[in-house]
Amino acid sequence: MSKREIDDHSGVETTGHEWDGIKELNHPLPKWWLYILYGSIIWSFGYWVAYPAWPTLNSYTHGILKNSDRARVTTEVAALKSARAPMFAKMQATPIEQVKSNEELFQFAQEAGKSTFNDNCATCHGAGGQGNKGFPSLVDDVWIWDGTYEGIRQTINFGIRSGHDQARISAMPAFGRDGMLDAGQAGDVTEYVMSLSKMADANAGKAARGAAVYAANCVVCHGATGAGDAAQGAPNLTDAEWLYGGSRADIAAQIHNGRGGVMPAWSAKLDAETVTALTVYVHSLGGGK
Amino acid sequence: MSDATLAVPLRLNGLGKPGQRIDVLIVSVICVLGLLWGISATALAHDLGMRVIAAIFTIAFAGGLFAISFAGSKGNLAIDEAVYLDGVIKAGVIAASFWGIVGMLVGVIIASQLAFPDFLYFKEFGFLNFGRLRPIHTSGVIFAFGGNVLIATSFYVVQRTSRARLFGGLLGSFVFWGYNLVIVTAATGYILGVTSGQEYAEPNWVVDIWLTIVWVAYLVVFLGTLWKRKEPHIYVANWFYLAFIVTIAILHLVNNLAVPTSPWSSKAYSLFSGVQNAMTQWWYGHNAVGFFLTAGFLGIMYYFVPKRAERPVYSYQLSIIHFWALIFTYMWAGPHHLHYTALPQWVQTLGMTFSIILWMPSWGGMINGLMTLSGAWDKLRTDPVLRMLVASIAFYGMSTFEGPAMSIRAVNSLSHYTDWTIGHVHSGALGWVGMVSFGALYCLTPWLWKRKRLYSEKLVEAHFWLSTIGILFYITSMWVSGIMQGLMWRAYNEFGFLQYSFVESVKAMKPYYIIRATGGLMFMAGACVMAYNLWRTAKGDVAASEPITEAQEA
Ligand code: HEC
Ligand code: HEC
Ligand code: HEM
Ligand code: HEM
Repeated sequence: MSKREIDDHSGVETTGHEWDGIKELNHPLPKWWLYILYGSIIWSFGYWVAYPAWPTLNSYTHGILKNSDRARVTTEVAALKSARAPMFAKMQATPIEQVKSNEELFQFAQEAGKSTFNDNCATCHGAGGQGNKGFPSLVDDVWIWDGTYEGIRQTINFGIRSGHDQARISAMPAFGRDGMLDAGQAGDVTEYVMSLSKMADANAGKAARGAAVYAANCVVCHGATGAGDAAQGAPNLTDAEWLYGGSRADIAAQIHNGRGGVMPAWSAKLDAETVTALTVYVHSLGGGK
Repeated sequence: MSDATLAVPLRLNGLGKPGQRIDVLIVSVICVLGLLWGISATALAHDLGMRVIAAIFTIAFAGGLFAISFAGSKGNLAIDEAVYLDGVIKAGVIAASFWGIVGMLVGVIIASQLAFPDFLYFKEFGFLNFGRLRPIHTSGVIFAFGGNVLIATSFYVVQRTSRARLFGGLLGSFVFWGYNLVIVTAATGYILGVTSGQEYAEPNWVVDIWLTIVWVAYLVVFLGTLWKRKEPHIYVANWFYLAFIVTIAILHLVNNLAVPTSPWSSKAYSLFSGVQNAMTQWWYGHNAVGFFLTAGFLGIMYYFVPKRAERPVYSYQLSIIHFWALIFTYMWAGPHHLHYTALPQWVQTLGMTFSIILWMPSWGGMINGLMTLSGAWDKLRTDPVLRMLVASIAFYGMSTFEGPAMSIRAVNSLSHYTDWTIGHVHSGALGWVGMVSFGALYCLTPWLWKRKRLYSEKLVEAHFWLSTIGILFYITSMWVSGIMQGLMWRAYNEFGFLQYSFVESVKAMKPYYIIRATGGLMFMAGACVMAYNLWRTAKGDVAASEPITEAQEA
């Protein structure tokens, strides 16, 4: 069946083979195709000469440009660091309370703080610090712990229940789960907590009974009026700001479980000057003390 | 057009007389051994994943043995060398349509999850999470859909262009059913959280071994058919199929070398670690693109385009040169997946330069495909199936231009880890792999079921537009979001701090993810239209609005 023939349309000869009715023409390789192929090969040779390319016995050809990714990353990081250094130094030398009044320093701290915050803290505290259930809002002036500059710095550096030996610690007992209160008492004190923040649907009768339960179990941490105690991280129960939600079920759940949220320690991960910037940033978000 | 009866009657091949058939023996022994293993593994399994996978294997092998003895008792195992073996190809067409829709549906689901993270989130059903579904999508579309298309078309093409019945008797069916067993067990594993953790090679070690057995059988069937061919030369489509089969075997074996923690545990540890592991994975990964998604589908192109256009292939010389150039160059290009990583820079440079060299060898296929139409361009107006095939070649050209561009380290420093890669993947996957497969399935169905024409060409037309617009939605949205991500990640403000956090870049993607999901939905709708059309065609229906024309009578 090997019969070469000329194709009517193109005037090109076939190879003379045929498979299931399919024939092949024998057009030459397109010139432009061949030239680009050669071009890409020549270009590659040039590239190999210029850049690290081929392995040798125990090393590799470094290329005449002596290009090295590792070296470049090192210089670029160093350049960035030294560009930031003067401002960081100035900020560290200024007492933290005064950073705010120096416009240039404050702006720098804000930028550094925001950038660090969004990549490290936003996962828990939300992109603008607005908080999520179980993760406190940082944009209001309600503080569970110490909301002063130094207080915030300490929280960031060592965390809360983070396992760091300077971490802030405290633990609200799991009153329900551990059987310290029976269901009736737990229900009563729930209503009492609701009444503290003047919730309209608090059951007055139960709340009245709950007052006694509260006095016996909760005052040590949350205080006689329910205003909380920053030293122990016990939240204020009289305001409308809730860490774990303000519904009856949320409050009952906290009394049952005690929880104990964890905030990681950052001192090993962020350097001191970054933590300063972050502190200024967090402080400025809502209203630091 | 094509006739299932061979023009020249053939002698019985060397498989022995009926009754002492070595192929039946081999398949039966495999099933018996598999059954024994399956029962023991189901009983002894250390974990749920292994137990379920082993149970599926047990049922499948028992079913296989039953099917063999049933077919044997009915005399259905006889080999008639005078006709082509088409039953298994029909099964492949059905399987491909089915898995295609499943895989794309999962694609649409994960695309929606990226736009709306709690879509289909149920605390109790962990397997509906993005992480579990993503490998089901990739394996579903590449291996289940693409693999069945490749097996079906390769069996069809190698028989026709060799004028020989498929070699190996029962082995042909063994390859088809065995391969689909791989898919079912792999997917079940993913749902149960069993994975090797290597992209595109997620199946666990048991499934890997089974795939090896099936693949060897595939190679034997394919080579055997070529061996007994009645044509003096091997047609170019078969070179590509063969390159695909051989290379995938090597890639699969090396990449999956691993040590199981116990014979009864689904967990195994890779033989490679650290950067060697990364390089092995991407040597595998890139060649999976090159030999599974490219070489195999070029085989399809080389048969179905000239056949459908009824024109000779444009250039024999070009087919030889670009074939060998492609095979040689692809092997080196893997490191472009690991730019700016722990992989030594010199390896990256090599990967990059070979990717640039790969541009023309890839385009050789495009030129040969497109230019085959010269003299038949007018058919594009009247034949939507041919238009589908041609569009696929255009997308092939586009993604093999984009690929080398992305492999340039400077470009990659922007595109890497972004949606640009995802867009590139899908211009190749939807545009090239998807559309060339659709074209082939539209050709095969009437040929296999002996119908004069498709049920409806209007529906093919609708499918063509649904997929084309779907693809455009998909890749343009990914270009925009990818470049935007890349730029956001590298933006510094005047004080030398990152301007955007990662979360902000995620938030900015939302509109593009919605557009992508919409495009994907259109593409999937197109595939459903196709499945309906093929089903009606197989039944022998012709849409009332589209009577048979003389052209089709011929
Ligand atoms: C893994 C989640 C998590 C991450 C990440 C995190 N935090 Fe916290 N953070 C918490 C939790 C939980 C609390 C409240 C703990 C408690 O007192 O119950 C908290 C409390 C705080 C407080 C005290 C709030 C108050 O009202 O006194 C500050 C300030 C704070 N975080 C700042 C940061 C900063 C700055 C970062 C980033 C460097 C950060 N957090 C990262 C979980 C996190
Ligand atoms: C040992 C100190 C301690 C005692 C005693 C204690 N708490 Fe707490 N309480 C805390 C701390 C610390 C938190 C902060 C939340 C956490 O666990 O992360 C808290 C949180 C809460 C909250 C949630 C506040 C919010 O903003 O969501 C409620 C409600 C509450 N306590 C009620 C009670 C009641 C009612 C009792 C008495 C039955 C009680 N607590 C006893 C320390 C205490
Ligand atoms: C209905 C159409 C489809 C939709 C909506 C879709 C959607 C997706 C999505 C959302 C992802 C994950 C992207 C990410 O992780 O950011 C993905 C990944 C992927 N899809 Fe699809 N897909 C579709 C069809 C296909 C087809 C037909 C193929 C192949 C033939 C394919 C091959 C792949 C591959 C290889 C990946 C992994 C890409 C990577 O890791 O870089 N997809 N797809
Ligand atoms: C000359 C041809 C090609 C070259 C040089 C090439 C190059 C590239 C490059 C540079 C990447 C990005 C790697 C990264 O930054 O992570 C990539 C990703 C990818 N390409 Fe291509 N490409 C080519 C053709 C194709 C074709 C035709 C397809 C599909 C049919 C395809 C499928 C993929 C897939 C699936 C990925 C994603 C892998 C992953 O990250 O999971 N490529 N390719």
